[in-house]
Amino acid sequence: MSEAIEPAVPWEYSPAPESTDIVRLEESYGLFIGGEFVEPTSGKRFVTINPATEEPLAQVAEAGREDVALAVEAARDAYDHRWRDLPGSERAKYLYRIARQLQERAREFAVLETLNGGKPIKESRDIDIPLAAAHFFYYAGWADKLDYAFPGRKAQPIGVAGQIIPWNFPMLMAAWKLAPALATGNTVVLKPAETTPLTALLLARVIQEAELPPGVVNIVTGAGETGAALVDAPVDKIAFTGSTEVGKRIQRSIAGSGARLTLELGGKAANIVFEDAPLDQAVEGVVNGIFFNQGHVCCAGSRLLVQEPVFDALIEKLKLRLETLRVGDPLDKNTDVGAINSRAQLDKIEELVASGVQEGADIYQPECVLPERGFWFRPTLFTGVSQSHRIAREEIFGPVLSILTFRTPEEAVEKANNTPFGLSAGVWTEKGSRILLMAERLRAGVVWANTFNRFDPASPFGGYKESGFGREGGLHGLEPYLELEPIDA
Amino acid sequence: MWREHRRSPRPVSESVGYDARRRCRTLSEAAEVRPTERRPVLSGGPEAHRLVTHAVAVDAVGLEERAASLAKRSIKRSSKLWALDLAIRCMDLTTLEGTDTVGKIVAICSKAVRPNPIDPTIPSVAAVCLYPQLVPVAAAQLAHTGVHVASVAGAFPAGLGPLDARLREISEVVELGADEVDIVLNRSHLLGGRYVQAYDEIVASREAAGSAHLKVILETGELGSYDRIRQASMLAMAAGADFIKTSTGKIGVGATLPAALCMMEAARDFHRQTGVEVGIKVAGGVRTSKQSIQYLTLVYETLGARWMTPDRFRIGASTLLNDVLMQIDKERTGRYQGRDYFTVD
Repeated sequence: MSEAIEPAVPWEYSPAPESTDIVRLEESYGLFIGGEFVEPTSGKRFVTINPATEEPLAQVAEAGREDVALAVEAARDAYDHRWRDLPGSERAKYLYRIARQLQERAREFAVLETLNGGKPIKESRDIDIPLAAAHFFYYAGWADKLDYAFPGRKAQPIGVAGQIIPWNFPMLMAAWKLAPALATGNTVVLKPAETTPLTALLLARVIQEAELPPGVVNIVTGAGETGAALVDAPVDKIAFTGSTEVGKRIQRSIAGSGARLTLELGGKAANIVFEDAPLDQAVEGVVNGIFFNQGHVCCAGSRLLVQEPVFDALIEKLKLRLETLRVGDPLDKNTDVGAINSRAQLDKIEELVASGVQEGADIYQPECVLPERGFWFRPTLFTGVSQSHRIAREEIFGPVLSILTFRTPEEAVEKANNTPFGLSAGVWTEKGSRILLMAERLRAGVVWANTFNRFDPASPFGGYKESGFGREGGLHGLEPYLELEPIDA
Repeated sequence: MWREHRRSPRPVSESVGYDARRRCRTLSEAAEVRPTERRPVLSGGPEAHRLVTHAVAVDAVGLEERAASLAKRSIKRSSKLWALDLAIRCMDLTTLEGTDTVGKIVAICSKAVRPNPIDPTIPSVAAVCLYPQLVPVAAAQLAHTGVHVASVAGAFPAGLGPLDARLREISEVVELGADEVDIVLNRSHLLGGRYVQAYDEIVASREAAGSAHLKVILETGELGSYDRIRQASMLAMAAGADFIKTSTGKIGVGATLPAALCMMEAARDFHRQTGVEVGIKVAGGVRTSKQSIQYLTLVYETLGARWMTPDRFRIGASTLLNDVLMQIDKERTGRYQGRDYFTVD
């Protein structure tokens, strides 16, 4: 290839920041219990910030054990008196109302999500919020059809669900949890992540406006202590999305309590590129797989497995593509990669990347200017990675891709499955039969073919092994919230 | 498989039906366009066949998503003025109608040289693109202006006339004063699996065009898949095209962002493999400034700044020019000027 010098052209993308005027932040947020915003009994609050600037956004109440108990009581009362016996068609009306409100206020939700979480506005605008609304619409449709969803079995709600969600997709995860629970007639106590509580609190306002009966949805904010209090509370079901470590702890602590559990935990997905793959689109898929939402994605394609004959071509294309990634102000609609969600997460990413360098992998990072304030990390590639490296085994949850090679489909399967996780995988090939074979052999809840990180409310999502159990989305997503009793003939 | 590319231009005397005097006249003031150095890069038929059958696959969903996401980029105001200026400099102002007359060509040539008669800061377009019969008119009108004469040839738009007649048409338009020739890829050969014949025809056209620049129209709207567009791009580039061009403008589907992106990705790989820089021309349905900026964004993100010149990028259009003029005026003054303030030629 001739080394040609790029001429300087005055081609610059305009900073196109989304206006934040649409979001009216309150100075301080209470807990949403029994349909009202209430003060925490302890009076304790914490500050939630914008990770792109480290500026404080608002004060948020910290729910203690008493508050969580009140929330569970309110949910129980609502379940017994206002929700479980409501006809499905009536429950659906509330869900449709919430879904429509989300669509109407989509821009407000998107801006707030980006402010509080650091994700690029183009993602919150085009993916998080529309998908959240789609989940409410989808499960609203099931609410009055439960008797037909599971032939031969009677579908009954199970009671009060405690739901704990992560900081990477705050609003979308709230929708994934709330929509199926409410459609099936359960009531809920939801705990958003401590770094990203604001969209859930805005959702509480929407729920108020939708006149959902008080106590059907309760939202308690706080950190790990609050989550532990919810796990220990007398609930009938815990649904948790987050780290494998916390998931294991939850499973231990509710053992024997009778509460049901679904866990959606970490991942270390393999994105497998065969030599006949559509290379330019595979590059896009690899980029989307690991740099989407700064890599804060449990199903991120964090291990790239490339068949040896196309290794050089793919890596060259990938590096070129990385040069064009725009890292910076998440509110700018031209931004591809936003801010790391928190200082703690940035520390973790930096530590793991340092271990990769130390263990002898080759690091590649494009030149790009990072903002001075806030939490940032350059898109990073590691080549020369072997299965034994920490960066090939541990979930980094950041914009860091570990690249390995393989020779045969068998070797690809073996390497892809050789991980304690099993949430997702990607296969890039033009050969249909190989896609089917790989989908059968890969021990992962989702296998994407010639695409990555594609979500749909009708499609079940969930893991194998240490990535958890239970499915969210689709018909399968109803089951964890239902008692299914056989009907005697 | 790539034969080493000869960078030295062929001596002018070797070329078929080439009128050096005429050409130099047109080129004397044109800084950018030199006689082409492009030659076929394959040694023959079997390689051409392999080039098509072994072309890298293209995934339609991923390609269209990427094109759509690039179309959402917004560029700075200062860049926008530069981009609009570039869009004019890269424009092949086109008229390809059965009703074209000497008068129409004279008018379009004067528009090409001075798009806005009262504003000397507006640059000339790259070329005027027209039918063979009217080439002498344009050549006379555009002498010493730096604006090139581009003629369609080779039984445009289907390209299915007798081969010798098509080749003669190509060398004749060059003799008549065209320094750029737009030919069509033989889709009958390509879609019928006769890849070697398709390749050989372009090679022969390349010969016939001498050192005039050769643009090969793929007619992407007729190829049926992005895989085919990729294959056609590789075939045309390997056969010696200076430019690969999306469309004739004569069928329902013209240029689209994903088709253009697919061709640009092929050109990027061809450059990586051979060191040869092949230009991209989008044509058919490009009517607005916004569209032209979207195509420029694709060029910038895919091929880089080196391709942002009339040497490497062209837009074929008949009505785009006035919209660009209107937008330049708007960017400068903050107001839209009425349509009647822009000349209709």
